Amino acid sequence: MNKNLPLYEIFIRSKNGLHHKHVGSLHASDPQMAIMNARDVYTRRQEGISIWVIESKDITASNPEDSDAFYAPAEDKVYRHPTFYDLPDEVKHM
Amino acid sequence: MELSLEQKFQEKIDRDERIEPRDWMPDSYRKTLVRQISQHAHSELVGMLPEGNWISRAPSLRRKLGLMAKVQDEAGHGLYLYSAAETLGVERDTMFDQLHSGKAKYSSIFNYPTLTWADIGAIGWLVDGAAIMNQVPLCRCSYGPYARAMVRVCKEESFHQRQGFEIMLTLCQGTPEQKAMAQDALNRWWWPSLMMFGPNDAESPNTKQSMAWNIKRFSNDELRQRFVDMTVPQAELLGIKIPDPDLKLNEETGNYHFGAINWDEFWQVVKGHGPCNKDRLAARVKAHEEGAWVREAAMAYAEKQENRLNKAKTA
Ligand SMILES: [Fe+2]
Ligand SMILES: [Fe+2]
Repeated sequence: MNKNLPLYEIFIRSKNGLHHKHVGSLHASDPQMAIMNARDVYTRRQEGISIWVIESKDITASNPEDSDAFYAPAEDKVYRHPTFYDLPDEVKHM
Repeated sequence: MELSLEQKFQEKIDRDERIEPRDWMPDSYRKTLVRQISQHAHSELVGMLPEGNWISRAPSLRRKLGLMAKVQDEAGHGLYLYSAAETLGVERDTMFDQLHSGKAKYSSIFNYPTLTWADIGAIGWLVDGAAIMNQVPLCRCSYGPYARAMVRVCKEESFHQRQGFEIMLTLCQGTPEQKAMAQDALNRWWWPSLMMFGPNDAESPNTKQSMAWNIKRFSNDELRQRFVDMTVPQAELLGIKIPDPDLKLNEETGNYHFGAINWDEFWQVVKGHGPCNKDRLAARVKAHEEGAWVREAAMAYAEKQENRLNKAKTA
């Protein structure tokens, strides 16, 4: 039998206006307990005002081994960047 | 020519890139990290014991609050580190089993007893001071989750060292008996603190590989020297004497030369024959076993809640 409590990934919003950010993981019996533990483990010095938790097994991740091919389509699309477009110097603030 | 996975990995390291959990890595890199990170986690956990011993006997409420917060931080450090180790595929319970069975090591410093209140000052000042010296370079370790955990840890350590030094300072400015207590604590903690950096470089065969992998950035002897150079003036400020007759400033290098470390003692403690090895392990096992019913009850409650939820859904 697996003696471990389920593993949760913890995301913290440090203040309003910012995204939740991954900070690490911890073990808990259920999501409520994961939130309470996350408060004690990851916000002892007011590092957060909002916590998200999700069981690690429920996360689907891209495969780093495919990343060359996977992200390649964006590589040659320089026209998606503002500097691709030539404008005379007289045009200010654009 | 097609590069092998191993070569590509080393190139990434040489570009000072970080390795993340799902990236390919050599087995030996993974094993080295699992061993180092879990030992580090165990040290944080066992490290709570010598200090926890004095929480109920702290001389004032101010000291008690500081010490409790510090010990709680160490629990947190253990948890950040176990979490980092788990990203390498090792289960939390496996690591606990290794600690509790005596198979895994932890920092030998925690096998010394805390005899007086001054020991709490000496630990914060010297032991946390040495830990900081070791941990700051680990913030740039090549393994991402370990490096990120160390950033959190280092942010918190600075208060640990300051609270320890403040305890020492208060004792040193107190009665002659109190100052003698501080001196006695320094006498007992000085050499074990120097041992915290590990064997001399010549006796440390894994250092070279760890440095090639950017796990380690400085050798044991380099870090130990820095620690001595940093700490000697602090002892002078306190007005107590470092228990080393050979300690002397080298005017040319600006480094302090220090006496020979008793490595026999170090290896004895590492092998389990320190003054408190048995007590520390027994306390860990007891805490773990006596907490079992809490974990079981929490799981039973979670299952019940889920069953209820499922029933409500199908009804
Ligand atoms: Fe710590
Ligand atoms: Fe600490």
